Amino acid sequence: MVGITSYGAYIPIYRLSRADISKSWGGPALHGEKAVANFDEDSITLSVAAARDCMNGIDPKTIDSLYFASTSSPYKEKQAAATISAVLDMKSEIFSMDISQSLRAGTNAIAAAMDSINSNSAKNALVCAADIRLGLPNGPRELAYGDGAAAFTLGSENIIATIDGRYSISDEIIDVWRSDKDTYLRSWEDRFIKEKGYNKIVFEAVSGALKKYNLGPKHFSKAVFYSPDSRAVGSVARKLGFDTKTQVQDIMYDTVGNTGAALAPMLLVGALEEAKPGDRLLLASYGDGCDVFILTVTPEIENIQAKNKRGIKVHLKSKKMLTSYEKYLRWRDIISVEPAPRPPLQVPSAVALWRDRKGGLALYGSKCKNCGLPQYPAQRICIKCQAKDEFEDYCFANRKAILFTFSHDNLAPAIDPPVTLCVVNFDGGGRIQCDMTDREIKEVKVDMPVEMTFRKIRYVGGIYDYWWKCMPPRE
Amino acid sequence: MESIKDKVAIIGMGCTKFGENWDMDSKDMVIEAAYEAYEDAGIDPKDIQAAWMGTYMSGYTGAMIAEPLKLMYKPVTRVENMCATGSEALRNASYAVAAGVYDVVLAIGFEKLKDNGYSGLPDSEVVAEWFMGKPDTYRLPTFSTPAQFALMANRYFAKYGIDPEEGRELLAKIAVKNHHNGTLSPKAHFQREITIEQALKAPMVAYPLGLYDCCGVSDGAAAAIVTRADMASSFRDDPIYIKSLEIAQGPREGALNSEWGYTNMEETYRAGIAAYKEAGITNQRKEISIAEVHDCFSITEMTIYEDLQFSPRGKAKEDIEAGSFALDGELPINTDGGLKCFGHPLGASGLRMMYEVYKQLQEKAGPRQVKNPSLGLSHNIGGVPGSGVCSLIIAGN
Repeated sequence: MVGITSYGAYIPIYRLSRADISKSWGGPALHGEKAVANFDEDSITLSVAAARDCMNGIDPKTIDSLYFASTSSPYKEKQAAATISAVLDMKSEIFSMDISQSLRAGTNAIAAAMDSINSNSAKNALVCAADIRLGLPNGPRELAYGDGAAAFTLGSENIIATIDGRYSISDEIIDVWRSDKDTYLRSWEDRFIKEKGYNKIVFEAVSGALKKYNLGPKHFSKAVFYSPDSRAVGSVARKLGFDTKTQVQDIMYDTVGNTGAALAPMLLVGALEEAKPGDRLLLASYGDGCDVFILTVTPEIENIQAKNKRGIKVHLKSKKMLTSYEKYLRWRDIISVEPAPRPPLQVPSAVALWRDRKGGLALYGSKCKNCGLPQYPAQRICIKCQAKDEFEDYCFANRKAILFTFSHDNLAPAIDPPVTLCVVNFDGGGRIQCDMTDREIKEVKVDMPVEMTFRKIRYVGGIYDYWWKCMPPRE
Repeated sequence: MESIKDKVAIIGMGCTKFGENWDMDSKDMVIEAAYEAYEDAGIDPKDIQAAWMGTYMSGYTGAMIAEPLKLMYKPVTRVENMCATGSEALRNASYAVAAGVYDVVLAIGFEKLKDNGYSGLPDSEVVAEWFMGKPDTYRLPTFSTPAQFALMANRYFAKYGIDPEEGRELLAKIAVKNHHNGTLSPKAHFQREITIEQALKAPMVAYPLGLYDCCGVSDGAAAAIVTRADMASSFRDDPIYIKSLEIAQGPREGALNSEWGYTNMEETYRAGIAAYKEAGITNQRKEISIAEVHDCFSITEMTIYEDLQFSPRGKAKEDIEAGSFALDGELPINTDGGLKCFGHPLGASGLRMMYEVYKQLQEKAGPRQVKNPSLGLSHNIGGVPGSGVCSLIIAGN
């Protein structure tokens, strides 16, 4: 038996009102808002955030295979899953894989993870799905797309939802796409892509799955459908015989937007947060075909629901409105602005990054076995007692912390000035100097609680450099 | 362990105008500072037996002075200690003389910062990396130098229960004092009075530090001629004698040790203790006649009052309000305007501080002359709070 053993999700804290976008172009005030990843986030950092939410309490060394699913991986050639496994401090003898280039990547990854467990090549698998997709300014895709991520662990023990059935269709169509030379998504004419794409394929796949497993709409508590926009899901679900008011998971169009390959997995997290033991769930994605899954919720769900997870629910509630559309354009590098009159950013050394993979990515420092003081970065001679080579590894990533002091820096070069420079003191000792992200200037106070978050700190010379920042806790 | 006290003397000094020296390159400034010092010492350039040259980022090797000054195949040592470079040139030159190896040497520091078109310091992040602890990864916070010092201000305010607005006003008073002193210094970068209100309303650079809390970024050069103490009076009637030469290099404790408080610079405190001991000073507030301290930012000067034990811990506020460190105060500090107004060409600053101490001790400081000086102190730091270095030099007449 195979199933989901834990879930997690991540929605960036910033939201952009669709009215702010449409009014900027002289249009009517549209309703709803979309979730917008901060300038220091990408699909890797979103995945890490969702995975940390999912892994809360799970030993990362128990994971045997890792799948990263996204259409917006930061690199065209270089595996994101390898980075994520280093950040999450997984063992090195795992199978890691990126699944990309299709909107269906999220459910493709769930299928691959299932197969790894069913074939006994893995006991536990982690799936992360994240997307940050770009539509051209003043277009329908810019309005529709939001950013987000979901993560699941799969295994054969302590299952919260068994995966009882799977059915897929592969379909060749050019409906929504992006070539290797494109920055922005393209789309063919709307009526064609609905009629011959989404509506047709999702209907065929779900009908096929129901027929294969001899089930009907009435056997499901909730059906989770990917939907390209606010309306598409309704017509397909109705045609299949589901009650759109009670049986279909809300697609969060007005609150988050279409999160691409992460949407169906995020909606499944939302459904699991509300599920009761015995509920049967349907999951259907879309993109170059359709993957359909049939799941049954077990009594174990209650243990996971009781955990301190942010999931969809807390992340949805915890939000800050972006003050302007221009800020979004700046964050996505869609408009060029006057650069700070400062020397150019330096290119990190691949060698130094390699040496720092444990300290920089998994946020390990060291703790002196002689005097007990934790230190970051890892030291060989203790700053407090000068004992030599008397250290043990010490991970700071999940420790509670306070803001010891700070400054809002208007001079440092920044995509979103001012930079909030921080000195963070960890509970149990240890200190790090880092930027604060996802913060309002007003809320920053000496001694406030903060937590660590994994972020992109620069892109120079073709290298994405990742490290950690602090942020006010999301609650 | 012997002390440097009264082993060496300064017999000549020179200093260019500090500021935006658009008309001069670093070679012009080196020549101006060195020749003023030669003339002041009454020596011929050929009398120089060896030289110590300090620049932070305006060149490499002793050629930077050997070429403009035509020091023909003489021993030249290049030293670097970030913003404390100038003091390091003087310190090393003094030790060589004290060792008996040379009789007459040149110490010179210079920096050309305003040719590059940036605001703030033109140092690349490469430098920041080295004192942030993870070289070449650029896994470091984004910051400018003012922000690193602002960290100290916000923690200081929180620790001593000072409302940030009140704190900013205290800092403004330091800027107002140094601006006043700058008006009396013909070679200073900034020579105009400011008001507290102007300082408080100025653009914010790195909260809580505004524009007037930050020192000038300047071009400049300064030089000293050092000789043996027993030879000094053969050059002039009023040589200035070195009483202590201390340096304390921090081990990045502030960044690594979460028990460190961010309300002072430990390097300054330690160097101060060592320097007072070496000079035989027991009551620094009374015995020192004038102090030139490293006011790269107003909060730095405020915490230096406490680190050098002029004010008790947490009590700098009372001395700022009482005007204890004004030109007419109990212990005048930064009589020439300090880094704030005289300017801060990094490698030159330590020697510029000593230039003011030297002129004051010789009672040649004109309208800013303090009364009956006997001991002067120069305090020069490099790096940032939690990860710095401090040079402390005490001299007497």
